[in-house]
Amino acid sequence: MTTVSLDENTDLRVIGKSLPKVDSVGKLIGLTAYADDIELPNTLYCKLLRSHHPHARILSIDSSAALAIEGVVAVITGEDLPIKYGIMPTSQDEHALEYEKVRFVGDPVAAVAAVDEETALAACRAILVEYEPLEAIESIEHGLLPPSDEPIHDYAGPGNIHRMGALEFGEVDEGFANSSFIREDVFFYEGNTHLPMEQHSATATFVGDQLTLWSSTQNPHYVHRALARVFEMPMGHIRVIAAPHGGGFGGKSDPFSHEMAVCKLAMITGRPVKCTLTREEVFYVHRGRHPVLMWVRTGVAKDGKILAMHFKTALDGGAYGSYGPASMLYTGALQTTTYNIPAYRFEGVRVFTNKAPCGPKRGHGTPQPRFALELHLDKIAEAIGLNPVELRRRNYVKPYTRTINHLRITSCGIEEVTDRVVEASGFLDRKKRLGHGMGFAVSAYMCGAGLPIYWNRLPHSECIIQVNRGGVTLYCGATDIGQGSDTVLATVAAEQLGLWPTDVRIVSGDTGLAPVDLGSYSSRVTFMAGNAALQAAKEMREIIVKAVAEKMECSPSEVMVGDGKIGELSFEEAVVLAEERFGMLSTRGSYSPPANIGGKFKAAGVGPSPAYSYSAAVVDLDADPYSGEIRLNKVWIAHDIGRSINALAVKGQVEGGVYMGLSEAMMEGQLYRHGLHKQPSMLDYKAFTFMEMPEVETFLVETIDLEGPYGAKEAGQGPLLPVIPAVVSAVHDALGVWVDEVPITSDKIMRAMDAKVKGREGRYGPKIFPNISYPTIVKVPPFDASSSAF
Amino acid sequence: MGNIGSREILRLSVNGRQHELLVKPYATLLEVLREDLRLTGTKHGCEAGECGACVVLVDGTPQLSCLVLPGQIEGSEVTTIEGVSNGSELHPVQQAFMDHGALQCGYCTPGMVLSSKALLDSNPSPTRDEINEALSGNLCRCTGYVSIIEAVEDAGRAMA
Repeated sequence: MTTVSLDENTDLRVIGKSLPKVDSVGKLIGLTAYADDIELPNTLYCKLLRSHHPHARILSIDSSAALAIEGVVAVITGEDLPIKYGIMPTSQDEHALEYEKVRFVGDPVAAVAAVDEETALAACRAILVEYEPLEAIESIEHGLLPPSDEPIHDYAGPGNIHRMGALEFGEVDEGFANSSFIREDVFFYEGNTHLPMEQHSATATFVGDQLTLWSSTQNPHYVHRALARVFEMPMGHIRVIAAPHGGGFGGKSDPFSHEMAVCKLAMITGRPVKCTLTREEVFYVHRGRHPVLMWVRTGVAKDGKILAMHFKTALDGGAYGSYGPASMLYTGALQTTTYNIPAYRFEGVRVFTNKAPCGPKRGHGTPQPRFALELHLDKIAEAIGLNPVELRRRNYVKPYTRTINHLRITSCGIEEVTDRVVEASGFLDRKKRLGHGMGFAVSAYMCGAGLPIYWNRLPHSECIIQVNRGGVTLYCGATDIGQGSDTVLATVAAEQLGLWPTDVRIVSGDTGLAPVDLGSYSSRVTFMAGNAALQAAKEMREIIVKAVAEKMECSPSEVMVGDGKIGELSFEEAVVLAEERFGMLSTRGSYSPPANIGGKFKAAGVGPSPAYSYSAAVVDLDADPYSGEIRLNKVWIAHDIGRSINALAVKGQVEGGVYMGLSEAMMEGQLYRHGLHKQPSMLDYKAFTFMEMPEVETFLVETIDLEGPYGAKEAGQGPLLPVIPAVVSAVHDALGVWVDEVPITSDKIMRAMDAKVKGREGRYGPKIFPNISYPTIVKVPPFDASSSAF
Repeated sequence: MGNIGSREILRLSVNGRQHELLVKPYATLLEVLREDLRLTGTKHGCEAGECGACVVLVDGTPQLSCLVLPGQIEGSEVTTIEGVSNGSELHPVQQAFMDHGALQCGYCTPGMVLSSKALLDSNPSPTRDEINEALSGNLCRCTGYVSIIEAVEDAGRAMA
């Protein structure tokens, strides 16, 4: 790993160091208690009965035989939990247990609490459900047609259309008219799933009138809200605790049926109730990457400058709304954050299908269009005789500018990350030979969504620091899902207080103890919770320094802070002094994104972020022209991190993003046949092991964002994005064929090779984009520059 | 092994301590460890032998505890993640994982540490290919494996 910093101020003591994460030891000795490791006295065990029909009306549910089984304590069905919920205000379309109809294989219809899992499972088998099957919708194209039975949902529409959007910025027709070269392409991105190592688990208790839920969730705050809605209880009587987390990647961001079921069963039985999903169930719970069909048309001037772009997407949403309204808009929102596109039109649609519901997976809605956009630009570069790096450079956005769709770009290291990977890999000097190829791509990602999921004026992140004789404790609702957010918070506070990160106790992910943070999604925690922690820590430092300065009879600016000392005193002595002087020491911080970071048009809520990270990747591989087999040789990845709070943790996020990108580019796919998931197991659902993973060389570029905590930006999602198009581009470089669909597998490569041999276009991928009746395009006026400095 | 009702008597040593347990004949070693002995450091990711999260050492050899039945381990010495460190001193493999950031969510970590330890106990200076092969049954979704490989190499040097 190499770090290139644009900062001259290097007197930071702990920020930027490669230190072990603060929660490492517990995980290494097997002591950390994940959700399923929590075992309360007298616990009952819950299992859910799930539909085996992809789409069916429920005619009746008879649980009498289940209740008669010895050891079964309670059985509930949907009528016990009639209030619908969903993560977004516009997608309140899920019952914890369905009782009118089921919409995918795996949709829960009943829940059992019993003395052990075996008994609960036996009881589930004894529940009789009578179904009337309905036509199952299995593809985007199918979902766009009028349904022959009934739509999957009775809201939205027409038919199975969930959401549509159509926006135009700038003069797109004029841009195309002025273009000297125009190209159109169609791409398909197969859906895939998060495959966290930990299966979801939840335990609930109901004591007095207090409901407590321990869950493997990324977003305890949103689960808290959903529980209050479903149980019609005040939030003050509900506590949600995010247990130490065994991997999320977006898959544990929704409120889930099993969470609702254990709460209800705990209320009925008065005993703790636990539900841990099986691996098969995790595939059904899903909320993963949407399959997306994409069409893109771009016009460029003679010099390769983009004059206009028209992007159309169609998303397979699966059976429920989930984050879908946002996912749909995300497929059109961030194209402009890497390239200066002066005229841009986006049309998107999300359809319901009878498959496990899709949602956010690492990169939420943006890896698919990024894959399409980068390959589309490669093709344009080839057609107009520019190298792909040069074409991109001519179109790169500049720091501190405003995109055509009103997004505010601040720090931007896109040139620097390009330099790093292009130079290190020798991409531009590569020798052309059949079977060996290199691919290059860039991307950008958000450092937190500019707007909360439900709109309000409250802070996105809140933090309390309390210091006394017993030490330093930082309280924040942020949830460490393995990405290291506890370490980020501890490090931010430690830097200000002259301590070491392990000197700061973290209380996080607990709605009952810590102030609100919206959750671990949209790569928001370092930027938002980090800023809240920084504010609280600075204030605490000022208080302690003031007390010491008074004692030393000097000005506060003369009091040195560091290495466990405040001025001449040890930190502990200084704290006692400050507590004597000011009483109980507690400071707070909160963070809200600036108001001017996005537009004010309808749908402007998706895309704005207080900052964007930038990534570039080069992939080197061998592709066998006779078998289509790919062997990865090396990946160079450069990431504009703003500033590393902990360089080791950032390196880990970057390498993990590269891994996940490679794995989904080359083998991951959530496939169905007749409504049945084809590979709901870790053996059948292929993902990279040690054997497939190539060498990765990482470069961190520190652009020092003016608003990030110490200049930091995100690392959790961005580095995945350029990897996927870079793989496909490298295969084209090696074999001269295009595979316009991921995962890119040997059979697809060979079909493209066959086509080429037979004199047809050497390409595999979707040929046509369906004729979709998008709504009338909303022409958005230019950004009102008077409301912002740029 | 004797029987009492539908249960079998299982004698085994876990992390150096002898146990005599009454278990269902179809209970897996994973269930015995987690549920009977409350050693929850051993994780479950699939319970079908596909992910490696439940790896423990049986007589020094890495085994998928979700596929091991009591009848196969009578009298064996089992090492779980709780038995790897020397008191509060981390084992060199654990220390190297920590120093290299070779864990993120940490859920695969117990299995990964035990597979790594078994490799290094028999081969303290493995090549990258040998590391990849020895650990290929342990899935990790967070790290991209790069830091784990670095950690195993480093631990090998420390153990040599």
